[in-house]
Amino acid sequence: MYPIVRREQLADKIYLMDVKAPRVAQYCEPGQFVIVKIDEVGERIPLTICDYNRAEGTITIVFQVVGASTQRMVDLQVGDAFQDFVGPLGCASDLIGEDVEELKKKKILFVAGGVGTAPVYPQVKWLHEHGVDCDVIMGSRSKDLLILEDEMRAVCKNLYVTTDDGSYGFKGTGTAQLQALWDEGARYDHCVAIGPMIMMKFVCKLTKELGIPTIVSMNPIMVDGTGMCGACRLVVGDQVKFACVDGPEFDGHLVDFDQAMRRQAQYKTEEGRAMLALEEGDTHHGGCGHCN
Amino acid sequence: MDVLKRVPVREQDAVVRSANFEEVCLGYNEEEAMAEAARCLGCKNAQCMKGCPVSIDIPGFIGQVKEGNFEEAYQIISKSSALPAVCGRVCPQETQCEGKCIRGIKGEPVAIGKLERFVADWAREHGIKPAKAEKLNGHKVAVIGSGPAGLTCAGDLAKMGYDVTIFEALHEAGGVLIYGIPEFRLPKQKVVAAEVENVKSLGVKIETNVVIGKSVTIDELMEEEGFEAVFIGSGAGLPKFMGIPGEQAMGVFSANEFLTRNNLMKAFLEGYDTPIKAGKKVIVVGGGNVAMDAARTAKRLGAEVHIVYRRSEEELPARVEEVHHAKEEGVIFDLLQNPVELLVDEAGCVKGAKIIKMELGEPDASGRRRPVEVPGSEYEIEADVVIMSLGTSPNPLISSTTKGLDVNKWKCIVADEANGATSKEGVYAGGDAVTGAATVILAMGAGKAAAKGIDEYLSNK
Repeated sequence: MYPIVRREQLADKIYLMDVKAPRVAQYCEPGQFVIVKIDEVGERIPLTICDYNRAEGTITIVFQVVGASTQRMVDLQVGDAFQDFVGPLGCASDLIGEDVEELKKKKILFVAGGVGTAPVYPQVKWLHEHGVDCDVIMGSRSKDLLILEDEMRAVCKNLYVTTDDGSYGFKGTGTAQLQALWDEGARYDHCVAIGPMIMMKFVCKLTKELGIPTIVSMNPIMVDGTGMCGACRLVVGDQVKFACVDGPEFDGHLVDFDQAMRRQAQYKTEEGRAMLALEEGDTHHGGCGHCN
Repeated sequence: MDVLKRVPVREQDAVVRSANFEEVCLGYNEEEAMAEAARCLGCKNAQCMKGCPVSIDIPGFIGQVKEGNFEEAYQIISKSSALPAVCGRVCPQETQCEGKCIRGIKGEPVAIGKLERFVADWAREHGIKPAKAEKLNGHKVAVIGSGPAGLTCAGDLAKMGYDVTIFEALHEAGGVLIYGIPEFRLPKQKVVAAEVENVKSLGVKIETNVVIGKSVTIDELMEEEGFEAVFIGSGAGLPKFMGIPGEQAMGVFSANEFLTRNNLMKAFLEGYDTPIKAGKKVIVVGGGNVAMDAARTAKRLGAEVHIVYRRSEEELPARVEEVHHAKEEGVIFDLLQNPVELLVDEAGCVKGAKIIKMELGEPDASGRRRPVEVPGSEYEIEADVVIMSLGTSPNPLISSTTKGLDVNKWKCIVADEANGATSKEGVYAGGDAVTGAATVILAMGAGKAAAKGIDEYLSNK
């Protein structure tokens, strides 16, 4: 069992938990993910690592309630435990493997959307700890859905906050903010975009025009997370890749986002939606536990 | 009683079972087992044993069954096999022990598999456990993977007195026995969990949720956690796809995904959260045991199921019994046919397949006649689910994170067949990670050989 040692609600339907998992905390790196399973009947839910503490043996996860399974996670309190918690899975962020002196010469930008802020945080923190500056655009639908703002501000050089409704910071999307910065003369050599697929698609469309190499972190449907089932396959360039072992990070300019978005909706059948809407009432967001 | 014929084994009715997940074969009772055992000639130079990858003393245990000494029979089997209740159900006996049985020359061979299953089930029902090591030798061995190779290797080492820990990547022990082979062929709670408990009762520790190569590497296990030897039985790996248009559409799954959702995640049971798309009309591409398992599972979930296989019935790699059961249950076999494209609707869901007919040409490298496309024979078939069951390619998680571990050109780990030794000192390997996808019993044979190899290595160190 993997006990929960901290639990906080960060925003409406967004929660943070520190989970005791010494084997995962010992060797994990930014960019990797874990799979959690609440109990015997639960699904295997992949979540990107938000932070880790090797000394305490804890992993920080952040999740948003999107369906039945994540709704069940909300009920877990400090002292409760996940039956299963496996990781670290996937490859570490490419930045981690690069020469720090080379990284210092680069102008690096992160674009985080919604709960995508959580997996962006450990990368920015890692760079900060290694003396590398970077800028961060973090966006959400509105001010009350913004997460980890103070934490992010502490580790990045310039933080640009955006909200779709203009309730806080720049009014508009992260993509629009990037365009605005570019128009003001800001230049970047490298971009990392993490968030809902639709957001990553539009960031990549812009950075391709601007000529900024861009890495994205994909979060498709998974089952085992170790390369065995192929549920998470996606097309990158002209190749089929498995997000769980080849990723989760890929060259955003090569990812077929339209196909990835369709595949993510795999279990959202009309029939299933109707049934879940009935069962779940207001908590229903599409029902399958895999939607954004 | 006709001595040339075996005692028939009771099965669930085909129509009834095609709608449930209960075990198909009901097995022998005591009287039936003793009657069947009486057919064994007890050959001095037993050919059957030569066909068994783990060399069970077959005439020995059958002799005890004949006399009604079922506990003695179990102890004889468990000297050689850690998983008799599994093997009695899923071994391809017709090409192994039973294929060599002298009775088979004139009549039907002795039903060795069904007798093994009976003995193992009887022992479980009567609470009989395999004999434990008398004293421990203090040497620590790590086993990676809790499938048939890992469980066998761990069980054998524990019997010799080793301190064994199995590391399993998934949340439940059993490997392919849990995620791959369906409930109706191999009951999970009754049989697999019980066999895993037997291995644990020998003193083996099992740590689940540890992905070797990610959570911890083999080098770290040996250098930091004090393991003196490691056995890699990590299984086959990444599912293959055909590379045809439409394969990324919704509703197209690997057999591994379809079976894992159903078996490991229990999607077929009420109350479990993991979804599965059952489909109304399902195409399963491939002709192996995994294809049969996927097809029969889809059938039980309520679909019309077609197996599409590019060669003829004779070349089907699946066990004869599995093909026979699938047919009885109403699975339709579209043989000498191959999909060339999957058809996709506007929403991105698969809606069918374009299929070309094949004919058999000259034998290829595998000795089987090569299927050749018949020009102009394409036709379209509807389907809302397509399951690809084309085998797997090795998972690089371990080979890419272990220094000095050689792989061959297919990326399988190179290991000595006789003792499992790899290119890295103290590291042994066996099962699908070495051979590519094969059978449960061959993996067990490799696990057994490696246990011997590890014992020799550590004894001489």
